[in-house]
Amino acid sequence: MSNCSCLEIKAKNIRKNIIETGFKSKSAHFGGSLSCTDILTYVFSIFKKENMENRDRFILSKGHCALGLYGALAEFNYITQEELHTFNSNGGQFPSHCVKNIEKNIELSSGSLGLGLGYAIGQAIALRKKGLNNKIYVLSGNGEANEGSFWEGCMFIGAKKINNIILILDNNKMQCDGFSKDVLNVSNWVDKFSSFGFEAIEIDGHNFEEIKNAFSTKTDKPIAIIANTIKGKGILFMENNPDWHHGSLNEIEYNQALKELEG
Amino acid sequence: MEFDLKNIMELSRLSSRGVYGKALSDITTENDNTIAVVADVMTSSKLEEFCKKFPNKFINVGIAEQNMVSISAGLASEGYNVFASTFAPFASMRCFEQIRTQLGYMNLNVKIIGLMSGFAGGYLGNTHYGLEDIALTRTIPNMTVISPADCVETYKVIEALKNHIGPCYVRLTGVNGTPNAYKEDYSFKIGQAIQMLEGEDIAIIATGTMVYESLRAARVLKKNNISASVYNFHTIKPLDYNSLDKIFTKYNFLVTIEEHFKIGGLGSAIAEYKADKKAPPQLIIGIDNNFEKAGEYSYMLDKADLTAKKIAEKILKNWRK
Repeated sequence: MSNCSCLEIKAKNIRKNIIETGFKSKSAHFGGSLSCTDILTYVFSIFKKENMENRDRFILSKGHCALGLYGALAEFNYITQEELHTFNSNGGQFPSHCVKNIEKNIELSSGSLGLGLGYAIGQAIALRKKGLNNKIYVLSGNGEANEGSFWEGCMFIGAKKINNIILILDNNKMQCDGFSKDVLNVSNWVDKFSSFGFEAIEIDGHNFEEIKNAFSTKTDKPIAIIANTIKGKGILFMENNPDWHHGSLNEIEYNQALKELEG
Repeated sequence: MEFDLKNIMELSRLSSRGVYGKALSDITTENDNTIAVVADVMTSSKLEEFCKKFPNKFINVGIAEQNMVSISAGLASEGYNVFASTFAPFASMRCFEQIRTQLGYMNLNVKIIGLMSGFAGGYLGNTHYGLEDIALTRTIPNMTVISPADCVETYKVIEALKNHIGPCYVRLTGVNGTPNAYKEDYSFKIGQAIQMLEGEDIAIIATGTMVYESLRAARVLKKNNISASVYNFHTIKPLDYNSLDKIFTKYNFLVTIEEHFKIGGLGSAIAEYKADKKAPPQLIIGIDNNFEKAGEYSYMLDKADLTAKKIAEKILKNWRK
């Protein structure tokens, strides 16, 4: 499964899921969902689930990228295509921000930023108590890391050496108001996470070889992967374009997007 | 625990937070699913004994209330019964969104223990007072909100929460030396109000420390030929509608009393329920919406007119047959 060309195909399918579902629903968080698509692809390619107790946990802390997660869950057969297409339907199970549904690997209700890491810590402590060696993957965003509660979590993880969590920072360098350098210019992520006690690894978040190596890092420390990504990755007119943090596709844009993915 | 006079006296010497620590330590067993989490208030929660007995069931997150609630939520999602404590204003406000979005929204089994609520902070001042915690926590779907009357009831609440599943906020009021409302054993059930005194003319509905003050106020009223019933509404959410329905038909005047802002507290909750019903007029006694200058606990209660004498005066002034 973790063969790179196979992962490329899966990632492309997930991006198609995002574009098709987002087009149908009129509006969606395209940019961030597309920036973390390759990370999602890799995580679910190594994701272990023997039963409801003995399962890895994936925490989408940047909850506005729910469409990316739903797209991945559909590609890895945790939800059906029919379920995926109920995205943003009135009273549906799959709104713009995730609603907890463990059966379907939606570990928590998220959307409010900075709440996922602490939740993951609670689960990580619980797994240790139960003697389970499953992993907890937490996907956060660089914008989300503006939240103080995010750093409360980092502090705890470092101090108590919670090393059954792998934290991935989807560093697309943008956020709701545009480019992060213009909103709150935060840099030196490796230094920051290292000083908190993480093994911090910076990678190209769209390169499966680098993603795989980062996830395979041998260390006793908790791992933080700073994945440098491109917001809107895969659809040229969306890439690094603040307008596509949240937006709607018209027919022409939709066809253009699909063509790019197929090309 | 046997609630004989000796034990009741002992509990009252501990103050409500001391009772919290003792009760949690007493009800926990090595193989159960209890976990205590604190935000740098192990000693203030009087959890030293718990820590010694169950070091693996205790987590100190440091001064990080938001993280405390999120970690508690994660633990609860894995099947643990989590008790998370810190001082009431921080327990209810600093991490309000975590309580709402993680405990309420996901309906997780975490009990938030708000220590030293009301004016118990005394000289510590307004940053340490818990004046709006009932108002805030009761807006959250799935939440249970409990404010025990005294040390005996605090013990009973913690006991009851061992088998209660779902998010809960427990508001602990009073200081060392605050008198007990209960002098003997009684039966406690979450959501079920308790009649403490039987009278005919008016109903006084109180919560937390104000239960004891109400009992004393009723004595003053009696001397003035007003016969008052006193009810302990330890559970503010879910409100005991059955008892309220009976109270509405039985008395021609209601008084609600709490050591909390008048806005959003027990009085408000009852007024909301009462609004579209045939019910007697209601006098809401509580704390005015100001930040007062700090002082010791008894001084603050007196300034807020929350002593038995002042409560009785206010009722006498407002009651019309």
